[in-house]
Amino acid sequence: MLEDNNKIKVALAGNPNVGKTTLFNAITGSKQHVGNWPGVTVEKKSGFTKYKGYDIEIVDLPGTYSLTAYSMDEIVSRNFIIEEKPDMVIQIVDASNLERNLYLTTQLMELETKIILALNMCDLATERGDKIYLNKMEEMLATPIVKTVASQEKGINHLLDKVIEERNNDQHHGHEIGYGDEIEEKIFEIEKILANDTEITEKYPLRWMSIRLLEGDENIKDKVNKSSVASKINDVLDSIDQEEYEADIADKRYSTINIIFPQICTRANQVLTKSDMIDRVLTNKYLGIPIFLSLMWGAFELTFAFATPFMDMIEIAFTWLAGMVSTNLQPAWLASLVGDGIIAGVGSVLIFVPNIFILFFLLSLLEGSGYLARAAFIMDRLMYKIGMHGKSFIPMLMGFGCNVPAIMAARSIEDDRDRLITILVVPFVSCGARLPIYILFAGTFFGRQAGTVIFAMYVLGILVAVASAKLFRLTVIKGKPAPFIMELPPYRVPKLKSALIHMWDNGAMYIKKAGTIILLGVTIIWILASFPWGVEYGSESSYVGIIGHLFEPFLRPLGFDWRISVALVFGFVAKEIVVGSIGVLFGVGDNQEALSQSLLADPGITPLNSMSLMVFSLLYMPCVAAMSVIKKETGSWKWTIFAILYGVAVAWIMAFVVYQGGKLLGY
Amino acid sequence: MLSTNETTLDTLKPGDKAKILKVRVKGSSIRRKLFDMGIVAGSEIQLIRRAPLGDPLEFKIKGYNLSIRKMEARDIFVQVLE
Ligand SMILES: Nc1nc2c(ncn2[C@@H]2O[C@H](COP(=O)(O)OP(=O)(O)O)[C@@H](O)[C@H]2O)c(=O)[nH]1
Ligand SMILES: [Mg+2]
Repeated sequence: MLEDNNKIKVALAGNPNVGKTTLFNAITGSKQHVGNWPGVTVEKKSGFTKYKGYDIEIVDLPGTYSLTAYSMDEIVSRNFIIEEKPDMVIQIVDASNLERNLYLTTQLMELETKIILALNMCDLATERGDKIYLNKMEEMLATPIVKTVASQEKGINHLLDKVIEERNNDQHHGHEIGYGDEIEEKIFEIEKILANDTEITEKYPLRWMSIRLLEGDENIKDKVNKSSVASKINDVLDSIDQEEYEADIADKRYSTINIIFPQICTRANQVLTKSDMIDRVLTNKYLGIPIFLSLMWGAFELTFAFATPFMDMIEIAFTWLAGMVSTNLQPAWLASLVGDGIIAGVGSVLIFVPNIFILFFLLSLLEGSGYLARAAFIMDRLMYKIGMHGKSFIPMLMGFGCNVPAIMAARSIEDDRDRLITILVVPFVSCGARLPIYILFAGTFFGRQAGTVIFAMYVLGILVAVASAKLFRLTVIKGKPAPFIMELPPYRVPKLKSALIHMWDNGAMYIKKAGTIILLGVTIIWILASFPWGVEYGSESSYVGIIGHLFEPFLRPLGFDWRISVALVFGFVAKEIVVGSIGVLFGVGDNQEALSQSLLADPGITPLNSMSLMVFSLLYMPCVAAMSVIKKETGSWKWTIFAILYGVAVAWIMAFVVYQGGKLLGY
Repeated sequence: MLSTNETTLDTLKPGDKAKILKVRVKGSSIRRKLFDMGIVAGSEIQLIRRAPLGDPLEFKIKGYNLSIRKMEARDIFVQVLE
């Protein structure tokens, strides 16, 4: 027991955006991403610190407004507090937004755990002229309170002192709310019934559970329904007007806060906050959309402008490396594996690293400023019309850069079904890797119209994404998008450090993927292209060639011969490989000019074939990297396989329509 | 006892302040979420603006800014304050 004596487990709870992650980082010295977007902390994270001889474990719970099981986040948070029984909970409270923050406090108190309030953002409250009477507040809530400014690391030691003090204090703190005679009577009645079930008594605070039942909490009802007292509880619950109770209980919490609030805080009489003034411009009826579009356009311009020199450098480096390997490595097959397979394959994926880094950096700045919430606010109407949520817009947009981070960005969408739909349709958004295919074929076959053709591809991608979202809503993922009940947080100056951390975390994840799955993918393809032993790399008699022939009957109606089929198989690893492998298959290697010439000279490739090929490439399936994040983010093979099959089916149908329709029209 | 300035939340004009009377939104989890965000009977609420495309709406309530769609606002009954 003795060694346990200096261990303290503390959970951090709080509304979204109150500085929880900032405080977590300040205490533990770790580097977590902070943002100004409701709900950024999706999973709980823990960190450690040593303080005055104690080992303190800090768990950063998801930010929630309440613990009523509206979302997964709320269930995760409260289950942690109930089941893992931390020694205490620190609730971070936004001093500039006390009323709504205290609502969560009233619920935490019912969980019968020790609570410390960290009154954060004190600088903002002071700046605004609010006055908070700390002693009075401690007295009225019966909890210890510590003032902090997490972003300046102020008040941290004081807070840790309090943690230790509380740890050694056996008194139970916190004033629970009284709900009035009628409700209290029911609470008492239910509590008495629950007390008969030892399993429940051991695990849950009975008063809390009774209140949750009266509020109609499905999650708790399920638990009780499996217990020995199910029927008795249901008898009581059937006798009341659930809706009425639910409203009354929430009402009572807020009215209690209304009574306490004026006694602990005088709010400055502010006419218009800075944030309100910024919003008058940024979400203005007429300016809102133009500003939004130019910001997004600017972000993309910056992404590509900054990334291009780095991309060129990476390309040069890999070309050099491949050259080195092919001249110096022995035996020849090994040189081919490393050069043609691994280096070329991994290089073609790593080339997007600069894009991804910059995209995430900019996104994190937008998020940290509070603008992303406005973007969702501005776009929700449009998105709702196509069966999606306002929050889906940013991931879709990011898809134009690279589908991989875009799919990851869907994490900020709380509703599971909204998120799933977003993940499934993002692959149709034409990412940067598909552009070289359009440039080659549109440039070769459509001359002056090349720009229009490429633009049409982008539009087609969007249309397919939109139509698919609608289709999913009607079939496999039925229902309406989740309601848009979202806080628009005050604008803040984004933190550079935090943006850099965000950029690094996501970029590193992508690189890691290039090092694992993609490496595996390119190796397999190299093996297929090099065997049976002795064939020319990627030639008709290699396994890839055989596979190409195998697929040919299936792809023939779209106008593709075996060589294009092979290229498309390669394209599954990464779409940017398509152009390279067509080069190999047409025997001209990397030279684009020569490739154009030989494509033009080849009777098997017409403008119509190439149009069909572009359509198919746009839609047919996400690359290995995108597929692996789909698996990771949905946690389901079923949906991953669905995404692949659906993509191939749509691509096939669209390319079929283009090719056969074109032929009928005489092209 | 229907007073003349009783209406639903979606009909407010920007700048209008109102007192919430009753939340009749269907779907208990949505209703509870609204409660959690401070949309309870007795709260004072002000319409700040409509989104550029007309929906959702942005309100000020309990000192912070909250946005909800018209669809939900339609089922929230309020009394307009002068
Ligand atoms: N002015 C001020 N800003 C803070 C304070 N604490 C955190 N912030 C900022 O508030 C924003 C949200 O912080 P974050 O830690 O991501 O909040 P979380 O959502 O609760 O994890 C960030 O921009 C922080 O830099 C504080 O005490 N004062
Ligand atoms: Mg956070």
